[in-house]
Amino acid sequence: MFPFVTTILRALRRGPATRRYPYEVRPPMAGSRGHLVNEPDTCIYCGLCVRRCPAGALAVTREPKSWTLDPYRCILCAYCVEVCPKKCLRMEPSHVRAAS
Amino acid sequence: MTTAATTTRRTLIPFGPQHPVLPEPLHLRLVLEDEIVVNALPAVGYIHRGIEKLAELKDFQQNVFLLERICGICSFIHSLAYCQGIEELMQLDVPPRAKYLRVVWSELNRLHSHLLWLGLLADSFGFESLFMQVWKTREKVLDLEEATAGARIMLSTCAIGGVRRDLSDEQIAQVLHGLDAIERDFESFIPAVITDTTVKHRLVGVGVITQQQAHELGAVGPVARASGIARDLRVTGYAAYGELGLNPVIETDGDCYARTLVRVRELHQSLLLIRKALKRLPATPIAVPVKGNPIGEVVSRVEQPRGEVLYYLKANGTKTLERVRVRTPTFANIPALLAMLPGNELADVPVITLAIDPCVSCTER
Amino acid sequence: MLHNVTDVTVATLLDAVAARFPQGYRLITLTCVDCVDNLEVLYHFYRNYELSHLRLCVAKGTVVPSISGIYSCAVIVENELKDLFGLTFDGLVLDYEGRFMLAADAPVAPMLRTAPAQAAARNGELKMEP
Ligand code: SF4
Ligand code: SF4
Repeated sequence: MFPFVTTILRALRRGPATRRYPYEVRPPMAGSRGHLVNEPDTCIYCGLCVRRCPAGALAVTREPKSWTLDPYRCILCAYCVEVCPKKCLRMEPSHVRAAS
Repeated sequence: MTTAATTTRRTLIPFGPQHPVLPEPLHLRLVLEDEIVVNALPAVGYIHRGIEKLAELKDFQQNVFLLERICGICSFIHSLAYCQGIEELMQLDVPPRAKYLRVVWSELNRLHSHLLWLGLLADSFGFESLFMQVWKTREKVLDLEEATAGARIMLSTCAIGGVRRDLSDEQIAQVLHGLDAIERDFESFIPAVITDTTVKHRLVGVGVITQQQAHELGAVGPVARASGIARDLRVTGYAAYGELGLNPVIETDGDCYARTLVRVRELHQSLLLIRKALKRLPATPIAVPVKGNPIGEVVSRVEQPRGEVLYYLKANGTKTLERVRVRTPTFANIPALLAMLPGNELADVPVITLAIDPCVSCTER
Repeated sequence: MLHNVTDVTVATLLDAVAARFPQGYRLITLTCVDCVDNLEVLYHFYRNYELSHLRLCVAKGTVVPSISGIYSCAVIVENELKDLFGLTFDGLVLDYEGRFMLAADAPVAPMLRTAPAQAAARNGELKMEP
């Protein structure tokens, strides 16, 4: 009986173990693979990222210059970031919601 | 007293594919005599994704990410098995630091997999608060994975020729600190798992298979080790396990309780291995460059939380592989599961099924 | 590289497998490889961490004897190969009749290699919109 009283008191002191999620969001961890962004100024539209992407999420055309990402296909592996010769791709730590 | 008791009726009960205790769809056709199972037949195929076929279409570098996604729990270990196979074909010498980091991530995977399983087992016999406590601790392991690899589950850190990410000194300190917190949590709930009378009542003597059966049916991992077979592929010393040293955890009773004890003791073993690996982390590069394409056939095996996984790879010197074959541990444990069920009560079927730690997505690929 | 591979034929397979059982070999799994003209079935065994394999090369459409009478755990993998490669096994202890992994409306023997053009078409299909 008595150990349980201590457990209750401890639980009351500590409060809930969970976060009140939509109102309280944990900041993303540094280095987390949240979403992919490209710096259009540095990109040379070589298409290397397209050829390497395992999910077929990218499309690049030289004329007109365009680089598009299909966020629904991207599996956030960061392989494109690794192979890009201009290092213009990067992974941002914050996650984006599927429908935004 | 020669009444109706002498006539037994056979009932056929479909268990799954949707069942409250099953995280994934597995179907068992149970033949019951009164409340006792006399026969069980499995049916799978609800989540077959054709990954082996897709792996023949992607190039061998992209496959690292594809094959990692076979399993949502031991993802890193899948990519490790594949990378080790390709490295053997291409005769790449992985730098020591990468090998140690591979151990760290493999063991983090094992930690959270065993915790996930312990929570699900608690849930299967209705111990909800234990389930919550265990998963609370599992969350800490996932946080460590995100802090070190950049993702909670799909670590994507294993690469052919090494690893993709290095750990800084702060990250190492963070992991060691996190492990201490996790170990403190273990002290709070593990005694409840292994000494509680009601837990024991549900696990001891349930779903027994003997060592002989486990061997002949080809059981792997904790299922085999709980029946007294000292078989753990980490002993073969892949990655840095050879230098870190370990003895397989074994129990001899072969029941659900023995399987629980094996996994609980492996939790502590994993903590120890991660600490040792981080202390001895050599200062070398983390990857070697990969040139050319693989050629030849290879079999690569590593120990996953659920047991041995086998990768058979056949390469023909082009970018794409000719065949990628994956035999996952749950596939090997299904015959053992079918041998465990007869003789047990229907109410114990969920517990026995979960005690082999089924991973159905892996099984079907 | 693959070491310890013994070639067997349909006639010698069962004897080779039956010889392994009492020696304490454990069956890991079967692998089927489509070599375009024929099918190759590999039987992976191991004892004390040592691997050993049997390689059976058969023309497509050959009936392969089932080893499930010797290693009962082979029955599920043989059923899988039957579904995915259209292999026919003789003497399966338990036969799902091609419905182990695949549903009635699934493609037949989907793991078989198709002609390159078809493979490309299929590759294109995979790239379609989700
Ligand atoms: S690889 Fe880099 S530079 Fe080339 S197209 Fe992609 S983002 Fe642009
Ligand atoms: S992160 Fe991976 S999946 Fe996403 S676009 Fe880059 S390579 Fe493709």
